[in-house]
Amino acid sequence: MIPALFVLAYLAIVLYIGIFAFRRSSGQSEDFFLAGRSLGPWVFLLSLFGSHMTAFAILGSSGHAFNFGIVTYGLMASSSALVVPLCLLFLGTRLWSVGKRFGLITPVQIFRDRWECGHIGTLIFFLQAALLVPYIIIGVMGGGTTLSVISGGFIPFWLGGLIVALVVMSYVFFGGMRGTAWVNAFQTVLFLSFGAIAVTLISQGMGGFAAVTERLLNNPNTASLLTRENFSLTTFLGYTFNPLSAIAFPHIAIFCLTARKVTQFKRTVIFYPICLLLIWLPCVYLGVAANQATDIPAIEAKIEAKAATGRPVPGDDVLLQLLGRYAPVWVAGLLGAGIMAAVMASDSQILALSTMFTEDIFAFYGGKDKFGERAQIATGRLFVVLVTAFAYFTALNAKVAIFDLAVQYAFAGYAAMAPLFVAALCWRGSTKWGALASTLFIAASTFALYLLPRGFTIAGFAPVVPMTIISAALVWGVSSLTPKPSTVTIDRYFPPSSV
Amino acid sequence: MKLALIVITIAAFYVLHQDWWNWSAARPLAFRFLPVGLWYHAIYTIAAALLMAALVRWCWPSGSERDE
Repeated sequence: MIPALFVLAYLAIVLYIGIFAFRRSSGQSEDFFLAGRSLGPWVFLLSLFGSHMTAFAILGSSGHAFNFGIVTYGLMASSSALVVPLCLLFLGTRLWSVGKRFGLITPVQIFRDRWECGHIGTLIFFLQAALLVPYIIIGVMGGGTTLSVISGGFIPFWLGGLIVALVVMSYVFFGGMRGTAWVNAFQTVLFLSFGAIAVTLISQGMGGFAAVTERLLNNPNTASLLTRENFSLTTFLGYTFNPLSAIAFPHIAIFCLTARKVTQFKRTVIFYPICLLLIWLPCVYLGVAANQATDIPAIEAKIEAKAATGRPVPGDDVLLQLLGRYAPVWVAGLLGAGIMAAVMASDSQILALSTMFTEDIFAFYGGKDKFGERAQIATGRLFVVLVTAFAYFTALNAKVAIFDLAVQYAFAGYAAMAPLFVAALCWRGSTKWGALASTLFIAASTFALYLLPRGFTIAGFAPVVPMTIISAALVWGVSSLTPKPSTVTIDRYFPPSSV
Repeated sequence: MKLALIVITIAAFYVLHQDWWNWSAARPLAFRFLPVGLWYHAIYTIAAALLMAALVRWCWPSGSERDE
């Protein structure tokens, strides 16, 4: 129960940060949705990174490594270390630039302005929103599960989920983007510190790093986890397409617009890989090391089940189990708060959905002109409450596996949307019809994936690879054959002096 | 010329990520506990940060700062 008290204290702190941010707000929509485009360099780096890292970065990565070994790091961390900063450097800075120049707040507003379209933008809104909802539900579920496990079952899942949902809803409701960014920056500091402490304590408890690795190497059942021989090179290559999703996630794209200056991207682009290293390396190593923690009954049962069936087992709790066994109670409490910080990444997603609804639907279809800016912010806040309530009640009544699956497909969908951003921001020749063709293809293929058997591949590649390539080909091919936006619009986005 | 150099460098980094030559090996271990497939990618991550520093220095999108 003591670790749960640390987590509850942590929740109180983030709630206070949200309320404090509320006091700094000016009451204007750009201030609520984008923190007045005023975030400083370190808050921008930490909050952008924190909003990108979900529960998967800590719990899921160690669980994946428990089943598949060290390949997890190369699959997800080092590939992101190359692709995500490149997206931020070449696309994020352009998003910031056009957002600032033309007063735009969401990606759909940029698409509408760039391609001179209305309803096609609405279609892109619905696709982005539909792909985002499963992430929010998973976040609420993760919060309930973490609080329940950390309290030893004293706090039931429904209450844990409710507490987390209410805290997130409150600081997003009051603090808007400023509250969310400050909380995310605080959370990132917490879970960056978490990795080093956790790996040191747990490895000491297991007899030291070298002894753990030697035991893993000497055991025929675990030696392959320290190589990647059980994983195909084609699958490994295909995973490098997943990080393209980063720039198409609405909460990341919108975050790109919050920087005070474009030069603040420099620090983010350079330090992003280092932040990834600090979180993922300890979590992946500990996930693999858990295969030697046979003195923990829950982990021993998982190891036996893996050996008996030859299939992966649910492993997202192995890190929590290791902490419970090897860390002192107060340290487990602090680390539990660090895990909770990662689990609560749903805050920026809820805010992004609210921003998109109020700007892309409410304001676009006349709500802002009719009812004014205050009504627009009130609508955004109401939407935050509705989305959180929907996510909570869905989380209570659904199986986690359903949304785990949906998130995987959503990942592929967002990665396939990356060509839309490249086309809008980097290519003068792109058209709304190319965007429409790509959007319809992504919607249809993501839905088809949901119906196809799990693990479906094309020529050995995960679906994200052909989906992204076909999406890019459609934008290019259809744009080449259809009329371009007016020269005035194209020149606004690509001034003659720009490269 | 500059664009070609950027594309070649990024492509080379992409190829270096697919380290098939380490695929079935656990040794050599770094610091006596990190298998090669893990420390290679840890160093790769640091190298990616250095690449980003170079790109920020020499390939910063021109004209973007006029909007500040």
